[in-house]
Amino acid sequence: MTARDLSRHTAGELAAAVASGEVSAVEVTQAHLDRIGAVDGGVHAYLHVDADAALAAAADVDARRAAGAELGPLAGVPLALKDVITTSDMPTTAGSRILEGWRPPYDATIVQRLRDAGVIILGKTNMDEFAMGSSTENSAFGPTHNPWDLSRIPGGSGGGSAAALASFQAPLAIGTDTGGSIRQPAAVTGTVGVKPTYGGVSRYGLIACASSLDQAGPCARTVQDAALLHEVIAGHDALDSTSIDRPVPDVAGAARQGAEGDLSGLRVGVVSELGGEGYQAGVEARFHETVELLGKLGADVVEVSCPHFSYGLAAYYLILPSEVSSNLARFDAMRYGLRVGDDGTRSAEDVMNATRGTGFGAEAKRRIILGTYALSSGYYDAYYGQAQKVRTLISRDFAAAFEQVDVLVSPTTPTTAFPLGERVDDPLAMYKNDLCTIPSNLAGNASASFPCGLADEDGLPVGLHVMAPVMADERVYRVGAAVEQAYVTQWGGYLLDQAPEVEERQ
Amino acid sequence: MPTATTALPSFDDVIARFDPVMGMEVHVELGTVTKMFCGCSTEFGAEPNTQVCPTCLGLPGSLPVVNRTAVESAMRIGLALNCHIAEYCRFARKNYFYPDMPKNFQISQYDEPIAFDGWTEVTVDTDDGPRVVPIGIERAHMEEDTGKSLHVGGSTGRIHGASHSLLDYNRAGIPLIEIVTKPIEVEAALAPAVARAYVTELRELVRALGVSEARMELGQMRCDANVSLRPRGTTTFGTRSETKNVNSLRSVERAVTYEIRRHAAVLDAGEPVVQETRHWHEDTGETTAGRTKEEAEDYRYFPEPDLVPLAPSREWVEELRGTLPEPPAARRARLQGEWGFTDLEMRDVVNAGAMGLVEETVTAGSDPAGAKKWWLGEIARTANERGAELDQVGITPQQVARVQELIGAGTLNDKLARQVVEGVLAGEGSPDEVIEARGLAVVSDDAALGAAVDDAIAAMPDAAEKVRGGNMGPVGALIGSVMKATQGQADAQRVRELILQRLGE
Repeated sequence: MTARDLSRHTAGELAAAVASGEVSAVEVTQAHLDRIGAVDGGVHAYLHVDADAALAAAADVDARRAAGAELGPLAGVPLALKDVITTSDMPTTAGSRILEGWRPPYDATIVQRLRDAGVIILGKTNMDEFAMGSSTENSAFGPTHNPWDLSRIPGGSGGGSAAALASFQAPLAIGTDTGGSIRQPAAVTGTVGVKPTYGGVSRYGLIACASSLDQAGPCARTVQDAALLHEVIAGHDALDSTSIDRPVPDVAGAARQGAEGDLSGLRVGVVSELGGEGYQAGVEARFHETVELLGKLGADVVEVSCPHFSYGLAAYYLILPSEVSSNLARFDAMRYGLRVGDDGTRSAEDVMNATRGTGFGAEAKRRIILGTYALSSGYYDAYYGQAQKVRTLISRDFAAAFEQVDVLVSPTTPTTAFPLGERVDDPLAMYKNDLCTIPSNLAGNASASFPCGLADEDGLPVGLHVMAPVMADERVYRVGAAVEQAYVTQWGGYLLDQAPEVEERQ
Repeated sequence: MPTATTALPSFDDVIARFDPVMGMEVHVELGTVTKMFCGCSTEFGAEPNTQVCPTCLGLPGSLPVVNRTAVESAMRIGLALNCHIAEYCRFARKNYFYPDMPKNFQISQYDEPIAFDGWTEVTVDTDDGPRVVPIGIERAHMEEDTGKSLHVGGSTGRIHGASHSLLDYNRAGIPLIEIVTKPIEVEAALAPAVARAYVTELRELVRALGVSEARMELGQMRCDANVSLRPRGTTTFGTRSETKNVNSLRSVERAVTYEIRRHAAVLDAGEPVVQETRHWHEDTGETTAGRTKEEAEDYRYFPEPDLVPLAPSREWVEELRGTLPEPPAARRARLQGEWGFTDLEMRDVVNAGAMGLVEETVTAGSDPAGAKKWWLGEIARTANERGAELDQVGITPQQVARVQELIGAGTLNDKLARQVVEGVLAGEGSPDEVIEARGLAVVSDDAALGAAVDDAIAAMPDAAEKVRGGNMGPVGALIGSVMKATQGQADAQRVRELILQRLGE
């Protein structure tokens, strides 16, 4: 394996090579650090890279292997971590100026599990501030560029993680998904992103955007890699009260089963509300081809109506800001992070105001204000209360649909990656990116995005969105793996193999 | 608006014309080993900011996990107050900014308290004897405490005038139970006493449950008193004021009395009572205005999404009901019977807040009357002088029982016993150590006493002769002489016996 090869391999292949001694974890890690050095100047996927810590962790894996220790299925494989997850050895900013330079005193549960599994954390990836956005343009530290076309958005909020995968700067990444922040970037970068069932992966150490919607999950270039990562990070955590105390679904097994290419007996529902007006023609074309493919693979495909999904976006933009307004209250300059105006003459209240005024970006402020208003006395019932009712109706839509079918499908996003800057001044246009992904956050069920081709009009990736019931995460992997296998055969390789080479800049 | 006490109508005048309605909100810090939502210690008095973790500091990414013991304590308090225990309830976020609140929201409960709709009763004195007053309990809910701000550089310790503030988050996240009464409508003259009796009752109750030491001087129990007034004969409630942080039993009574008089003065002047919070000033015995309703925060409560709802099983509730101690009223009646106290004696003990201490003293071996004498006498006086609670002046029930034991054995007489107790209260050590150090033991050595008795008989031959002749009158003079010679350290009973022995020979 050459250094360039190392960054092109799947996580499963790399782990096997490390385990067999074909390459060392240090070599694998160094190859990715070199790749980051070569291309991230143009992509800007990472906010922070810690080469020393990564190489030390890799050396530790090599030492354990040399000592004959049993290595986990992803030991020695590098990973890019979204900067919204706390790390005791690296800064954690959540893409916000208000946390610039903050070094958490503790590791998130996910991070602990990654370290225990011998996964090598290369660094922290760029994101929209506090995971609020669909383009990474809301990052306080500049946007990330889509490796397919550096003038376009990589999706958001987890654009950094998706772009790192798509530009071969890491074979694995962690994202978090509040309204689509794993799945939408996966769709527009031609990668795989899974939002597990809410409560399936611990939120301890995930800096909250909206607590009842946030869910961390695996991002990868292949379905099997995502499944392996899923199994490392998932499972009950006593530190997260909303964590589900049940066995992790057998997602890797389901991915292997799906890759055999037989979906006989699987009932697939196409959500009739998620398509049509507002959806790009190339997106719809690839989506419908993929639905046909599912039929060819043996699935029974029907159309299913989820009438309340149309209200999902509106409900989401009341519930999310409400929780945001409370979750972001703690950033007050008193204990950590940015402090502005503390010159000995100002009161704590003035310093809080100055710090929040300077430290938060426009989108964070917009949502804090929206949420504060929605929760206010006299408005609560009309806004937050009504939105929660819609949420219940959407859950019922899912429940009714899953009486008829095993999974639901839709496009992941209405459009492919749009140019950077195009929707910065149009929040509503930006919010519509998440039209298809939001219902699963409101209902808490599992869903994922898988590459399903390139749109004819712009040659950019399109995502297939697969939704499964709560704690039936394995179903999305089965479908995703079957589709991936069929397309790899059809295309002669992964979709990412068709991506243009990212220019190397030293 | 009148500001000085002198400008207010007298309490007697007010209660002749108005009826008060009260509502009490009492916060009790639970004595759990760990905090409400994390594993940090709750130990009082540690170095600032040493009992903290990501969760109670509200660090980004941290999450709360409910302390099961705190939930049990809350349910037991609810059950002891005859409340219903919710079959399903949630925590809620109460949002407001303050530097000593790490997350800038407090995890509390809003419209779904763990316990609701209960009652208790208190006994107060009236001219017609003791009166039992029922108190309705609206709710008891769980929440977390805030940190503490220390305002430095000003003269008052308040934020006004301070140059800077120091923050200690050790207290942040300590479990609190807030207990709210229904409106208390009681005969005007009794209102302040009922308020005090209620807080006393609650303190006894949480102590008996073992869920909190409820030491008000340490802030383990904090009281807000709501008061409104309406002209006698009218039925609409007046506008209320809420006097915050009234933190001693005596202050509860004084603050309610003051507010009743202040409201009357406002109403007499034809002005509307302002709905506001008031600050109680222990030194002046007055309240001053705090936030008005218009300035009040909109707390934007909503269900806490980081916690799952609580749904205590009925089996759990019944199991906890089985752990409840004897209700305070039943306990009082039982102890009164066991001790053989009159109603009046028992009332004195209860009012002094000494029932538990007397009980412990009796358990440690003392007779009830002796125990009562010390706790309501010498010790109560000292507590009063120091402005402290009876159990905070440095003497334990076991030590009081030891003093009584020594009296019974003749080692101490009354006078010496008082000196011993005084020594213990002064911090000189245990009763035995004080006796040792001060050389206080009664002289009961017959050889030593015999010589003093012989001297007294020799010095008072007339008296001795009368006693020999059967006239017991002068015995006292002879005893007094011996006591004087022994500087009061003789056992007077033994001296009497020795005198009679010698003169009867």
